[in-house]
Amino acid sequence: MQNIGSGSLPLFSFVLRRILQMIPTVVFILVVTFVLVRLLPGDPASAMLGDRAIDADVERINASLGLDKPIPVQFLYFVKNVFTGDLGTSIALKLPVTTIIMQRLPVTLMLTLMAALLALILAVPLAFLAALKREQTADAVIRGTFQVGLSMPVFYVGILMLTVFGATLKWFPVGGYGDTFADRLYHLFLPALTLAFSFSAVLMRNLRSSIIGVINAEYVDFARAKGLRPRIIMTRHVLRNALISTVTLFGLQIGTLFGGAVITETVFAVPGAGRLMIDSIYGRDYPVLQGLTIALAVLVSLTFLATDIFQAWLDPRVAR
Amino acid sequence: MSAGIGTGLGLTVRGLTTLFDTPRGMALAVADVDLDVGPGEMVGLVGESGSGKSVTLRSIMGLIQTPGHVTGKVEWGGRDLVAMPAEELRRIRGSEIAMIFQEPMTALNPVLPVGLQLEENLVAHTRLNARERRARALELMNIVGIPAAERRLNEYPHQFSGGMRQRAMIAIALACSPKLLLADEPTTALDVTIQDQILKLLLDLRDRLAMSVVLVTHDLGVIAGTCDRMAVMYAGRIVEMGTVIDVFRQPRHPYTRGLLGSVPRAGAVRTMLSSIEGTPPGLTDLPAGCAFHPRCSFATDICRQERPPLQSLGADRKVACFHHDRVAAAEAIL
Repeated sequence: MQNIGSGSLPLFSFVLRRILQMIPTVVFILVVTFVLVRLLPGDPASAMLGDRAIDADVERINASLGLDKPIPVQFLYFVKNVFTGDLGTSIALKLPVTTIIMQRLPVTLMLTLMAALLALILAVPLAFLAALKREQTADAVIRGTFQVGLSMPVFYVGILMLTVFGATLKWFPVGGYGDTFADRLYHLFLPALTLAFSFSAVLMRNLRSSIIGVINAEYVDFARAKGLRPRIIMTRHVLRNALISTVTLFGLQIGTLFGGAVITETVFAVPGAGRLMIDSIYGRDYPVLQGLTIALAVLVSLTFLATDIFQAWLDPRVAR
Repeated sequence: MSAGIGTGLGLTVRGLTTLFDTPRGMALAVADVDLDVGPGEMVGLVGESGSGKSVTLRSIMGLIQTPGHVTGKVEWGGRDLVAMPAEELRRIRGSEIAMIFQEPMTALNPVLPVGLQLEENLVAHTRLNARERRARALELMNIVGIPAAERRLNEYPHQFSGGMRQRAMIAIALACSPKLLLADEPTTALDVTIQDQILKLLLDLRDRLAMSVVLVTHDLGVIAGTCDRMAVMYAGRIVEMGTVIDVFRQPRHPYTRGLLGSVPRAGAVRTMLSSIEGTPPGLTDLPAGCAFHPRCSFATDICRQERPPLQSLGADRKVACFHHDRVAAAEAIL
């Protein structure tokens, strides 16, 4: 049996091409972070030494950080260090930036992942219901509720959740991060739900209109004319096609989700990368800030890569 | 012949009426349609766009959804498809009655391989295992004349040419050896040469599989070349019916006469092609009396007031016109 149809070969070469396309993206991210940090007012030496720094000390520190070298040379050092996993040392915590990020980033990743999952669990069935009951009561209620969710800022939803489910009902902890995996799931549930609230509203609206478009497509009529079971028609023919545009949106929104995590982690006192970012901004901890920016930017472009691959898998015409 | 009536064989449609509740009012898309299709018979349904011929097919198949509403009887094997519960109808659709659409590019799911779209039909109606389904799929691809079937089953619709796509759709529709095929303008989207191949294929399949076919088209040439009997639809109603030979030799409805007059013919004396003046009426706002009277050169007062009934003229001939004698006697247009 020849099972490898010509269907899977284009997908493979598409993935390869798409990975190669990430190289210029990463270079661009490095250039921007490098330039941005150097555009910030103040310099690391003064930040380390404080107001009473004397010129000799500043020069000594600049020399030890390589800041006395010409800019292009500094950039090459910077690139070399990034690729060897050396993102410098935190000014405030006196620890390697890589170590700090490796501690904090998994927390944010787990939070974002939970939020994305919750958002999908909320959005997909409700989008279906709203689309099938279009212009009826169920549709109006679903869309109305999500409209409220969409128009409330993340920090406000977070505080609301904290007050109701944390402080009053005491169903969930009001903050922190557990030790075991199950404990962490429990601790992160409310923050994840907060993040998922507005995210699912965006997904639901998009998926609803996309399902309405697909459900009247002729291939759905043909599927019905073939006498397929309703469940197969809905999943294989309607949902799969409707998801194509939603997957793109999902990928684009992941960046926003990381941004939301910064706020949510602050509200719920979750020790993640978002909190770290806020702290390092206030503390002028440039190396941490720079390292975090690079890590998050790479993460976001990896998400784009994943959504593109998923989309190509959903829709073979993309990989052509 | 109307062999289907009462015998449980073939398709018997009685009083089929399809209404759509639109913002501009009730649209009468199909009105009181009677149609018989005997075993192995090929019946043509012809009319302009919006005449209700496609909606008739979809109503027979039970594909009309809200805001559409279907009444009347569609008898198949002694059962009424209109009154049937959804699950029972599902088992008939795709297995006993199949349907093909005008545009295979939109009727095939763009993101699924053709083989899967064929095999899911077998999954829905048979107990064949994966290997048997694959074998059946290959067999069907051969029947409809798609070369390199093994490879093509793994390909997607966009990788097929227009003619091959239509063949693929026919293969999918035929998967469970249906006894009746409803073909909705199967050749309209194709090049003329490919059109001819597809029609030959349909005729060949009809003979080999002893299948009845209802062929919807706006192309009289297609009807002439393939069908045994034909029905002409105008504004949702059947206005003339008969064997293809009879209707072509002597049309008795002015609309049929007009349709025939607008087709160029090889070998005939070259004259100006005639066209039917005006446009078909909107379905929410049909004219009183005969729906065709505003465009009809035979129309008199009665046509503006009363709707002509579809009356029998002999064994297998029906027409809905007060002036069918005058139409028949008019100078031959051919």
